[in-house]
Amino acid sequence: MKKMKLFGVVGGVLLASAAFFLTSADHIDAPGVASTSSDIADLYAFEGDNPNNTVLIATVQGPLTPGDVTTNAEFDEDVVIQFNIDNDGDFVEDLVIQAVKRGDSMYVFGPVVPTAVGITGQIETSGPMRSVRISTSDDLQVTTEDGMSIFAGPRRDGFFFDFNRFNAVISGAVAPEGFLPPGEASDFFEDLNVLAVSVEVPNAMLGPAPTHVAVAAGLFPEGALPDAYNVWVTTKRKQ
Amino acid sequence: MKTYNFPIYILTICAALTFVACGNDDDNVIIQVTCDDGVQNGDEEGVDCGGTACEPCATAIDFSGDYTQEDAMGRPGINTVFNDNDGDKNDFNLALHADRASFAQKFDDRLEFYHDVYAASLGIDPADLDYETNILGLDAPTFAFVLANTDALQVAPNGTTTYFDGVNALTGRTINDDVIDISLTLMFGGTTGTRFDGSDTDGDGMPDTPQLTSDGVDFGDRVVGGFPYLETPNN
Repeated sequence: MKKMKLFGVVGGVLLASAAFFLTSADHIDAPGVASTSSDIADLYAFEGDNPNNTVLIATVQGPLTPGDVTTNAEFDEDVVIQFNIDNDGDFVEDLVIQAVKRGDSMYVFGPVVPTAVGITGQIETSGPMRSVRISTSDDLQVTTEDGMSIFAGPRRDGFFFDFNRFNAVISGAVAPEGFLPPGEASDFFEDLNVLAVSVEVPNAMLGPAPTHVAVAAGLFPEGALPDAYNVWVTTKRKQ
Repeated sequence: MKTYNFPIYILTICAALTFVACGNDDDNVIIQVTCDDGVQNGDEEGVDCGGTACEPCATAIDFSGDYTQEDAMGRPGINTVFNDNDGDKNDFNLALHADRASFAQKFDDRLEFYHDVYAASLGIDPADLDYETNILGLDAPTFAFVLANTDALQVAPNGTTTYFDGVNALTGRTINDDVIDISLTLMFGGTTGTRFDGSDTDGDGMPDTPQLTSDGVDFGDRVVGGFPYLETPNN
């Protein structure tokens, strides 16, 4: 058997075994949450245009098709979107930033030390609160206060992946090549949307960053990686 | 909602006695009458709440109650990639981030399973065809440990922020980081990152491995603008 054919068959089988596993970043990730108003699609965290700031973006309810589906998509007033920041490397949230819709606005609390950590919590109304009118497709609303900017509304999905090719691969229809080369591959998400919450926060509000977890765990030598917050996003529903 | 309606005679007196100082309260009086107009105006922080005149939003609007976790995400794709059944996927979303040790072995098993499928289809003993230590130098148990027990984005406040850019790793995630290719490479790329990359190693013009380390798409025509960074929705 020619090597290419051999590997092609193998590739098809291998990808078939992984049929469900690289379908998304976190879109529709588990049956308990898929296609609900609390389903997280993605999390981004990076340095802002102002290098003294960190940007946190959570997207939910994706993917949304353009048109009425996107126009009619709404954040759920019973769901709080919570950015969790770990300042000491124990993967317990030391600070949270919470976003929850009321009326036509998104209310953002924090960064604030949460009164309760873990699975169940409350909206931390003792923390600083800012609000922004929820944007529409053609009306961008941003609030900037105390150096912190907030946004909530529909956006183009930033996630990119050749999902259709993936399905063709796992069906065996395109064995033995596997994924397509650049130029022939197609981005499934490029015409789809999500609901997004963007928060840009001065690093001074985020407290100290701990030793990078990979260094602390001894996986990388000291100094190989910069100190880094551990950041994750959760959605919680009112009981 | 609580409102602050002041007697009209205060306004009247202030207006009439313009030479008499009414103090700063006169500003409040004028602003306060907007606290029930259903519009965010003046220095209100929300609709009819907050600012110098209206009741604080945190008490004027109902934010009470207990909220219980339904979904969680750190690094992209972890739950969908490494949990192999609905129960584990749900459990992972509902587990404390600091309490996911039990998932490490499952993730390791899953990683090996993918390679065992490969081996089995070739007629090779699965023991002879395993995950190979990846470009970050992580062997299978360590890779699985990192994925399960530290499932967060590490975000450097002082340094380049990227999921992986060829130089820096695990310091954030930008919108245009190709997390799919990075993930595929970490899983199937082996020590060099090129183990199953569809390359033509013998120069015959044909790829000698399947392409498993890249899906072939990139950021495309997307643009990362200023805040809020993600683009206007597709129409």
